[in-house]
Amino acid sequence: MSYFEVKGVTKKFGGLTAVDNLTFTVEQGEIFGIIGPNGSGKTTLFNVINNFYPPTAGEIYFKGKRIDGLPTHEICKLGIGRTFQVVKPLRRMTVLENVMAGAFLRTASTSRARARALEVLDFCSLAHRKDVPAKALPIADRKRLEIARALATNPELLLLDETAAGLNPKETEEAMAIIQKICKAGITIIIVEHVMKVIMGISHRILAINFGREIARGTPQEIARHPEVIKAYLGEAYA
Amino acid sequence: MRKLSWLPLAIGALVALLLPMGLSVPYHQHILVMVLVWATLGTAWNLLGGYTGQVSFGHAAFFGLGAYAAGLLVHHLQASPWWGMLLGPVVATLFALPIGLICFRLRGPYFALAMLALGEIFRLVFTNWVSFTNGARGILILASFTSKLPYYYMALAMFAASVYVVYRLVNSKWGYYFVAIREDQDAAEALGIPSTRYKMYALLPSAALTGLAGAFYMNYVAFIDPHVVFSLGDISVMVILVVMMGGAATIWGPAVGAAIYVALSEMFRAQWGAASVLLFGILVCLVIMFLPNGVIGELDTLRRFLRRLREGYAGGKKGELLRG
Repeated sequence: MSYFEVKGVTKKFGGLTAVDNLTFTVEQGEIFGIIGPNGSGKTTLFNVINNFYPPTAGEIYFKGKRIDGLPTHEICKLGIGRTFQVVKPLRRMTVLENVMAGAFLRTASTSRARARALEVLDFCSLAHRKDVPAKALPIADRKRLEIARALATNPELLLLDETAAGLNPKETEEAMAIIQKICKAGITIIIVEHVMKVIMGISHRILAINFGREIARGTPQEIARHPEVIKAYLGEAYA
Repeated sequence: MRKLSWLPLAIGALVALLLPMGLSVPYHQHILVMVLVWATLGTAWNLLGGYTGQVSFGHAAFFGLGAYAAGLLVHHLQASPWWGMLLGPVVATLFALPIGLICFRLRGPYFALAMLALGEIFRLVFTNWVSFTNGARGILILASFTSKLPYYYMALAMFAASVYVVYRLVNSKWGYYFVAIREDQDAAEALGIPSTRYKMYALLPSAALTGLAGAFYMNYVAFIDPHVVFSLGDISVMVILVVMMGGAATIWGPAVGAAIYVALSEMFRAQWGAASVLLFGILVCLVIMFLPNGVIGELDTLRRFLRRLREGYAGGKKGELLRG
């Protein structure tokens, strides 16, 4: 039994097949990268995993339990956290309150939620911003807030959606460091990313998709040399 | 989610307790009672509309249900209308349950419209179900007291209870969840928040408190008819304006809005009649334009503005704009 398993998942929007019969497994403790050109179905895959959309076909298992079709909030309760590519800060709440909203999943006590939130903010180097309204944060801190909020729900598996998009090189380095720290803390990670430096640098295994279909799978080195991947990104002539 | 500070609260409570004794004219006491009724209504609406972001255009339904629960007790069973103070919130809550289950399938403006339709449905049913509700002739009861004072203290207790309930709720886990749902329902779901259930947790106390205010209104005014207590314009919409005026998602905003609304409509009703509502409408427009978070929500803006007025200019330092 795999830790996390996606089995033949397909998602169609009318005539458009956004995710086409994807099958893969993720092992506990690894960082599993997913790459693909724009519109290849990466974010849709995340939205299917946490059931913003139910899959058209296929099954998803987490620790042996079938989770496709469960309500989004229950999937989170089971231990799958996620961040959003287009960040969704709770704008009129402070950074601390945002993270507390996540921490309340595991406790009903305000003081315990606050303590947990402060711990997570510290972990993500965001503690100095705790009293700032989320709407006032610059993009790098908003991305970090996404991670902090998801971590506050105590996930075992974390889905990171383009955490490094729009960041400058220094901020990218910091984001990579945080992701590796999360992995060291024992949380399994599935990461969707466009920034090759990030995904190649931290993933243990990578799945490459295009038009919703798998085109390659393997270690970062294997993926970087794979003719299908090069074709998808650069065109036929470079493959 | 600010903590209440005790000193101003104690002073406010003291003033509220002594104020009606200083006013010998019953009419002035009546105005205070109406402020408290509206403050309770606003506080109740604010829990669902302000904190949880589910804008209800149909809270008259709960107000009317509370009022009729008290009125029909007298009409059919000759019981004391004061039992309505218990029955009203219960009836309003029982009706809110299926209403929530249906309407929370909708988001944003669709939810608001569904609630608007529901409020109107109740008005029409209570107008036309003459055998049970006495229809448009309404319900007339004998008032229990001739003095306004007992009513005042009951209304004050009702308002204090509603503020206490809302304050406790919004400063707990529920409050964080309410605001999270308001700010981004998808993000809230992804944080493990069962949004429909928590909207329900906001709706039920909101409906109960609104029903309580309705039952009190029946006892106080001693006459109701469907067009008054189920009114779209005078209850459902007005409560929204009162909260917007005072400050949505603030503890004291609804009370401030209620004071302004009642004071204005009483001051100008004598000369202008129904047109006094127009004045309130214009004031609400101005507030939305210049103080989008309401009077309480924009206290800082107001203080800055007043300081500038005192110092003789209202909008930056003199000449600043010209010099660029």
